[in-house]
Amino acid sequence: MTVLKPDNAAQVLEAVRWAVAEEQPLEIVGTGTKRGLGRPVQAAHTLDLSGLSGVVSYEPEELLLTVLPGTPMAEVTALLAGRGQEFAFEAPDHGPLLGLPGGGGTVGGVVSAGLAGPRRFKAGSARDHVLGLHAVSGRGESFKAGGKVVKNVTGYDLPKLLTGAYGTLGVLTELTIKVLPGPETARTLVLAGVAAADGIALMAAALGSSAEVSGAAWVPENLAFPGLPDRTPCAVLRLEGPAVSVAARMTHLRAMLDGRAAQAELAGEESAALWRAIRDVTPFAEDPDRLVWKLSVPPAEGARVLDRLLSACPGAKAFLDQGGGWIWLSLPAGDALAGAVRGAILAPEGFGGGGHATLVRAPEAVRASVPVFQPQPAGLAALSARIKAQFDPKGVLNPGRMTAGA
Amino acid sequence: MLMPKPDEAVLRNREALVARLERAVPGGVIGAEDARRAYDTDGLSMYRQLPLVVVLPRSTAEVAAALKVCKEMGVKVVPRGAGTGLSGGALPLADGIILGLSKLNRILDIDYDNRTVTVQPGVTNLGITHAVQHAGFYYAPDPSSQIACSIGGNVAENSGGVHCLKYGVTTNNILGIEFVTMDGEVVRLGGKHLDSEGYDLMGVLTGSEGLLGVVTEVTVRILQKPETARAVLLGFPSVEAGGETVAAIIAAGIIPGGMEMMDNPALNAAEDFVNAGYPRDAASLLIVELDGPMAEVDHLIERVEGIARGLGATYCRVSTSEEERAAFWAGRKAAFPAVGRIAADYMCMDGTIPRKELPRVLRRMTEMQDEFGLRVANVFHAGDGNLHPLILFDANNPGELERAEKFGAAILRLCVEVGGVLTGEHGVGIEKRDLMTDQFDAADLEQQIRLKCAFDPDHLLNPGKVFPVLHRCAELGRMVVHKGRMPFPDLPRF
Repeated sequence: MTVLKPDNAAQVLEAVRWAVAEEQPLEIVGTGTKRGLGRPVQAAHTLDLSGLSGVVSYEPEELLLTVLPGTPMAEVTALLAGRGQEFAFEAPDHGPLLGLPGGGGTVGGVVSAGLAGPRRFKAGSARDHVLGLHAVSGRGESFKAGGKVVKNVTGYDLPKLLTGAYGTLGVLTELTIKVLPGPETARTLVLAGVAAADGIALMAAALGSSAEVSGAAWVPENLAFPGLPDRTPCAVLRLEGPAVSVAARMTHLRAMLDGRAAQAELAGEESAALWRAIRDVTPFAEDPDRLVWKLSVPPAEGARVLDRLLSACPGAKAFLDQGGGWIWLSLPAGDALAGAVRGAILAPEGFGGGGHATLVRAPEAVRASVPVFQPQPAGLAALSARIKAQFDPKGVLNPGRMTAGA
Repeated sequence: MLMPKPDEAVLRNREALVARLERAVPGGVIGAEDARRAYDTDGLSMYRQLPLVVVLPRSTAEVAAALKVCKEMGVKVVPRGAGTGLSGGALPLADGIILGLSKLNRILDIDYDNRTVTVQPGVTNLGITHAVQHAGFYYAPDPSSQIACSIGGNVAENSGGVHCLKYGVTTNNILGIEFVTMDGEVVRLGGKHLDSEGYDLMGVLTGSEGLLGVVTEVTVRILQKPETARAVLLGFPSVEAGGETVAAIIAAGIIPGGMEMMDNPALNAAEDFVNAGYPRDAASLLIVELDGPMAEVDHLIERVEGIARGLGATYCRVSTSEEERAAFWAGRKAAFPAVGRIAADYMCMDGTIPRKELPRVLRRMTEMQDEFGLRVANVFHAGDGNLHPLILFDANNPGELERAEKFGAAILRLCVEVGGVLTGEHGVGIEKRDLMTDQFDAADLEQQIRLKCAFDPDHLLNPGKVFPVLHRCAELGRMVVHKGRMPFPDLPRF
């Protein structure tokens, strides 16, 4: 077991070329906080990118940040906050969920895992904000893609392909990411005492209005979230923007939903703490032996899929984000019940797939034997394999991280 | 513009091809030369080429069947939507078929609970909004050609529009696609749920200019219309002051729904055309539109006005009615035809630059007008740095078209030189194909072509577009193999 710790892109290139020549697979890590995500990598050597750390340029007026991949998220978050800006995709801090301290992780890790938070449905995920990158392919070649401007259609959008690819297509050596002004203020409307199906109907009404909701979640009575009433299922809706605007939209929203549930409001730090807990899946961090799944389904089907999950998986607990479109599911330690979980996703009724399920937290042995990511139809799987072969023909970059044997 | 040399064997085999295509797409094959002539160009109309055959399928199955025939017979395929593209992406090939998607024009599903619409690729951009506007919804990306351009074409080009700084371009507004590979295989990505699993193939299909697959179905997200929108017209004595105002608005944390700039020649041409009430003496004019709840819009308009006055705005007018707001935009939206009135021909460029470079780029463009002996008017998506210089020329004057093309290339090289890119929203197509080497080096382009090889190893889908040189996939550069010692062994390892 060797750890290669390059200081710059030239050394990354040298390391990958060595791995290609010797056919020695590499596990690519930043600070290692997301090692528990995805399938375990089978590699004798580690390529540690934490030495490629630092801000290359930050231009708030251009909405652009260029960093080296090993730059800590905490450093970037603080830098942007100093100018009232942020990554609008609200990257979660999954440290505590994965049994690690919070506040860790690097920008490269967030991009490689393609993360997003509660604002996903409105502001997109990491893939919508990565504008350009430099990387080293598994062929031992450096390349750049995208650009350093916020609008660009020149050539294929390779930055989107590498975002969320868990380091299996290239080793990132520089990232240019779009930044946006953070909201001036945020308030949360709490709708207490509503079951999941009613919660989804209320969220759909709010999301289909001009209230510009930027967070829509439903939590059950058996999970504790900060600021919410004990043992009460609640739908929560977040409004963000200039104070005068949030006040006007809140009035509108409360009137529109009047009489359908008991209303309460959270503001300031109380509101922020609630959405941090939803973003970071905090209630599931408390019992580290339980397994955690994340499902993505059409939001209006969230309650039906949830019912099927709860009846098929004894001891399951779950909450909903994205107006019902994400189901965070926790199962008792033991079998991951992949068949039951994926079987709960409703068969597509004509348009698009019915969704997908990812095993987010499980012991290494389980993640090695159960498909962590949704198995793909044969044609799509073959296409993905051809792309992997074009970018990494010797399979030296994070082999097995996304799919067994690739 | 040099296109790949036509394959003589394919030209000779035309009759057999037509016969097989007629079996694959009954009643959907156009062979007669007069009828094919209608497809000989797209929005980049200075280039024309009669296609070998035109095929107009009516279903995904027919698209797949036509592609299988072409794959088996080694025939090139140029997919085409509404043919409004400005970079020549749908320019036919002499030895290739046009695969027109215009008959796939049905809206398949409107789902207000999931806030999605699923359509076939031939549905127009505006057609989506028209289908849902009675319920207060709309589809956000709004290219100027939205009345005619198709959603399939929008996906192929990753189209933008004046509102994309706030609401995103096509790639940020689609949830699912179905596409057919050159092998005739139907692949579905995403759906009504967020994020498609595995590699982000939807991300690379979007904006791939018809080189990776043929899109046969699109699921888009729809949004509720903002409660209100108001626009403010701001005139400045210099281009710099206009540019500084844009930067200051963004630095103040305001992301307007639209923020457009016109230079003096462009605003005067527009004013002549529609009498929008623009200040003719301004060196630059900004239209800033704020949308959202009434209270927010009023509050932000006031802030924008304050910022602009502080930076030397000499003209400031806020729209007080929907009619007035529409009038402000009428000039901007008519800028291309307006410029068309003051010149026999014009060529629209599409580079993106870091906004801070705007004064330098405009100054340099003014100098270049003398070098090339041609005038230029500028409209600018100021919020995101996407510049549309309109080069005025007369194709009837010998040599002017060539000079205009050289001027255009010089402008795009300038965009790259200041840190920008060749195209912000129109695509590379054939228009900017030969400039790709100015922005990307050989290794960058080779990596992009490797992606192409995973989808279409024979280069049958839209060859001659986007990439200046096409290597056979098997002949791409060999892998660099450096056997030997462990890299930088002197560094500490753990």
